[in-house]
Formats: sequence, structure tokens, C-alpha cells
Amino acid sequence: MAQVVVVTSGKGGVGKTTSTAALGAALAQGGENVVVVDFDVGLRNLDLVMGAERRVVFDLVNVVQGDAKLAQALIRDKRLENLSLLPASQTRDKDALTSEGVERIIGELREKFDWILCDSPAGIERGATLAMRHADQAVVVTNAEVSSVRDSDRIIGLLDSKTEKAEKGGRIDKHLLLTRYDAARASRGEMLKVEDVLEILSIPLLGIIPESQDVLRASNLGAPVTLASPGSVPARAYADAARRLKGEQIQLVMPAPESRGFLGKLFGRRAVA
Amino acid sequence: MNLLTLFRRRPSAPVARERLQVLLAHERVVVGGSDLIAVLQEEILAVIAKHVALDRDKVQIKLDRGDPVSTLEIDVEVPSLPSLPRRRDGGLAAARP
Repeated sequence: MAQVVVVTSGKGGVGKTTSTAALGAALAQGGENVVVVDFDVGLRNLDLVMGAERRVVFDLVNVVQGDAKLAQALIRDKRLENLSLLPASQTRDKDALTSEGVERIIGELREKFDWILCDSPAGIERGATLAMRHADQAVVVTNAEVSSVRDSDRIIGLLDSKTEKAEKGGRIDKHLLLTRYDAARASRGEMLKVEDVLEILSIPLLGIIPESQDVLRASNLGAPVTLASPGSVPARAYADAARRLKGEQIQLVMPAPESRGFLGKLFGRRAVA
Repeated sequence: MNLLTLFRRRPSAPVARERLQVLLAHERVVVGGSDLIAVLQEEILAVIAKHVALDRDKVQIKLDRGDPVSTLEIDVEVPSLPSLPRRRDGGLAAARP
């Protein structure tokens, strides 16, 4: 049965789009049939991170309003044939999405794919609530920083009250994805620790993605990090997270601060983690 | 930053953790729709408004959400009634008819 997953956070800039692309690609690399859907109407970016920005013809709003068929709007990834993108509109505003239209499209996508990953816009308004509306599971992307944790808490409250599943008395599965994590700063007490965030938000941990050059490089290249540099630390963390999303039990290794010797500090060289 | 401040500086993450815990404990209640403090504030003001014309600009509300206790301080300037001896201190006590 198809799984609809919303990737959400409340706060902007924490890594929702990057994570949607990386998790979607990782699931597809594992053989699943995946579509990533951009709900950020007006400010689309998933196409850019996926490297498909020049191939967008129709978008989510066109399909919702009946101007295009779903198959016409879906863009198949050039690297992975079982990965598709449904882009958001760049010109309309968020009110162009209707609740019924989104429900119909999610229903059609459920027929075609194993996984439907919805990249939520920041905030708690229409776009964000529609993105989470039909989800079976949620990935709450959070940075170890006060405003991000607060907003995530708010989003968790909405997931428990405003989703279709919650309204029918069910419970939506929520997973915490801690991104841009800097273990060295956390160990020095400059940043909230993994345990702090987990204790405050009290939802299970899906993965910890370290702050990394590789993620930025992947965005620059227009490829999910699991495709751009599959052997890198963030790519492996995303790949593990994707497998946990599928229900596999995989040991989570807490990121250790990089140990840098005197010479390393002097020359700024990084030990390979 | 000199060497001394480097040694003296206390880690800020535990402060962040504590602030979040207190804040979220309150916000969860607010979103749940039964924020006692907010309800009290509204009802107290409604009671006063029943007896005197309230000027919202002259109502000062101070709120401090804390861990064991929260405090709600409402300072209302009640216009002196002709039948009462003149008092200028305002406050809840003066709201008695």
C-alpha cells in the first residue's frame, strides 16, 4: 500500500526540500517507486534541488485546476527511472490549491507510486496544512536550535489535530529528522544535543544529518546528496533514514565530534569521519 | 574574544533547553485550547467590564509564564464613582461597587 509522507518543519531554512530530495532519491535507490511533490506554491525549489528546473512544463496547480493531466505534469528523474517529481507552480499563490483538488491528486498518486513525499512550505498556513492533510507519516525536520524546536513542536500539534488521519481518530506516525547537526558544537555546550531535542519533542528519531559541505555541493549540482556523493556522511545518514522510514531496524550511530589534533587545528584540516 | 572570556563563558545550550521546556509546556496547552491564564484574563476583564466602562488602553496586563507558577497581573484604572470617596490607586480592590 502506498505511503504518503509529509516532510515538514514550521520554520523555513531547516532543510525540508533538501531532505525531501535526499529521502526520495534514497528510497528510489532502494528500488521503491517514488514521487516527490512540491507544495510550496509560489516559491518552488524542489525542482532546482532535483536538477529538473528546466524541464517543468505543468505543475501541481495546473493539475488541481484540471488544466493538465497528472501524467503530463510528472517529471521523471534522468538518473533514476523510478523517481518522479511533481513541481509546484511558480506564478500562482497558495490559494490556488483546493482541498478537494489535492485530495484527488493524492488519490491518483497512490495508484501509481509506493511512496509519495510531500515537501511542505514553511509556516502553518494553507500550503502547509494541505501538504500534511492526507499524510500517513510525517518527517519533522528540525535543527538543534530554539526557534526550530519550538516551531516543530507546533507542527507536531497540528499533525495530531489537523490531518485527515487524526480527525478520524487515528494517529499519524511522526519521525524526527535532525538536520545541520554539529556534534562538535553540541559537545561544547554551544548547541542543543540530540538527547535534548528528543526529550523536548518526544517523537522517535529517524536520523541525524550532519552539517556538511556535501549537502551544499549537491544542491549546487542539482542532485540529491544520496546521488551526488553517495559515500559521504550525510548521504549515508539519509540512506539509513530512508530505510528506517520503510520500517527496517537500523542502528543509529550518534555522530561523534571530529577529533582534531594540534596540527589539524593549526592547519584547519578535517579528519574524515 | 580574549582568552579570559573563552574560559569564563558558560555553555548556552542548557539555557536553551530550559527555556524551551518551560515555553513549550505552556504553548502545548494554548494550542489545546484550554490556557487557564488566558481564560482567567478574559473572564476577569469581563467581570470588571460588567460594572464599569473599561478603557482597554488603561488596562495593563503583565504575564510571566514560569515553571512552577505563572503570574497574571491585571491593573485596571477604574474611574472614581461619585458615591465613593475619591481614590486614585485603581487596582482590583477599587472595582467594588
